[in-house]
Amino acid sequence: MLSLLEVKGLKAYYGQTQALYDVGFDIAEGGITTLLGANGAGKTTTLRAICNMVRRDGSIRFGDKDLAAMPTEEIVRLRIAHVPEGRGTFTTMTVDENLRIAAYTNRDKGVVAAERDRVFGYFPRLKERIQQQAGTLSGGEQQMLAIARALMLKPRLMLLDEPSFGLAPLIVVEIFRILRRINEEERVSILLVEQNAALALDLATHAYVLETGRVVMSGPSEVVKNDENVRKSYLGY
Amino acid sequence: MEQFLQQLASGLANGAIYACVALALVMIYVSTDHLNFAQGEMAMFSTYISWQLMAWGLSFWVAFILAVLISFVLGVLIERIILRPLHNAPVLSVVVVFIGLLAICNSMAGAIWSYLIKEFPSPFPKSAFGIAGVIGPHQLGVVLVTLIVLTLLFLFFRFTPLGLAMRAAAQNPQMARLVGVRVDWMLALGWGLAAAVGAVAGIMVAHIVYLDPNMMAGILLYAFASALVGGIGNPGGAVVGGFIVGVLENMVAYAGNMIEKETGVYIIGNGEKLTVALVIVIFVLTVKPAGLFGRVVVKRV
Repeated sequence: MLSLLEVKGLKAYYGQTQALYDVGFDIAEGGITTLLGANGAGKTTTLRAICNMVRRDGSIRFGDKDLAAMPTEEIVRLRIAHVPEGRGTFTTMTVDENLRIAAYTNRDKGVVAAERDRVFGYFPRLKERIQQQAGTLSGGEQQMLAIARALMLKPRLMLLDEPSFGLAPLIVVEIFRILRRINEEERVSILLVEQNAALALDLATHAYVLETGRVVMSGPSEVVKNDENVRKSYLGY
Repeated sequence: MEQFLQQLASGLANGAIYACVALALVMIYVSTDHLNFAQGEMAMFSTYISWQLMAWGLSFWVAFILAVLISFVLGVLIERIILRPLHNAPVLSVVVVFIGLLAICNSMAGAIWSYLIKEFPSPFPKSAFGIAGVIGPHQLGVVLVTLIVLTLLFLFFRFTPLGLAMRAAAQNPQMARLVGVRVDWMLALGWGLAAAVGAVAGIMVAHIVYLDPNMMAGILLYAFASALVGGIGNPGGAVVGGFIVGVLENMVAYAGNMIEKETGVYIIGNGEKLTVALVIVIFVLTVKPAGLFGRVVVKRV
């Protein structure tokens, strides 16, 4: 069975500095995969490389499309939603405008409204703050807004870059619970980059471990979770 | 009192023109971080286009609308063809290109239509339109047309999906790409709109300053002053700045004239209007460097 996203021999560069040397992984449709690794391992770079936000080399296949020469916005229009590090909400726009901008590629107003209601079903807190300026939302609410906005793109694949960053543990648990629902109910495949390895391995079915721009370990979460090196380096026991 | 009101009205009319050109400058600045030095010359060229259309027999308003549309298309083309290769170029390269564009527009206008000063008609009838002794029909018309155009632009950016996309592209281009917005095209559209707004300003002011290839040079300076006063990144501020500069320059000249009349001493008058505008700029930037409505941008080093 053909995987949804297949990455082979991925290299990436920031200017003259090489950040990824040889990254490869597969994401099956409907699954949740996590990329683990320490700071600087190349996790964020990998997500950026998929979306052509950095100079990269290698093979990236999404469905039956080769992403090698595609600009970022065209990749997004293939229904890959990237929730970047730091949320990326449009801070001077309202919650409503942030959601509507993601539906920009959708011409039908009725559909957009229905989409919005569906998204509010997952994030009722956002519905209460619909006219509020995004920059004044709390960190957790901004993260929810970023995910909700990604949902508005009706993605087949959602790329999440450290959604737990800077958030209170209770909020993180809530958000991860919602991510699981989104994966199951909307059948959105998820590629999750996380520093919080325990949470990530709980949510994901598959895991890849990155170290200085290379994949050093991969496998089902259960296997990775119980690996001795992983436990010592990333799980703390 | 009557003279005061006349000066005020004249200031508002001038201010409306400055507001339009300042808005065009800010629109391009907000989306590209570049100041379009050629904005005035582009507006002048657009005005010549409308003049030519009228010379070919079209009525004023038809020529107006056509010239504005043509300017929009030319603006888009300039961005796509000339500026697109410069997206990552150093600032000075872009400045040189803008100055080149300025020179080209000016020379082409002179070459095609000669440097002879031409009269430009006003579409606003001399008779009942206007408040006698206070504001002339053309001045009132200029303010009205400007307000209509500005309102339409505001509604466009605030309430339409395309306006929302353009705002997002200007504010955070990378994030806009991540929601599927074709940022490059949004930039081109921004240029088109700026060129169109400039055309409106040029066509409206031509009756007052007469049509010649150098007519917009001084106005561009006022427009820069207005944009700076309002806060260079703030479109609303640019509009307010335009009206402030327009009214203030007239008021100061009027005060100077009054002083001269009373005391016979000439301190300041019509000859120093541009100086006044620039002094305003210096004053505002000294007291409030980010402009009246600008926000100080803190950059993490």
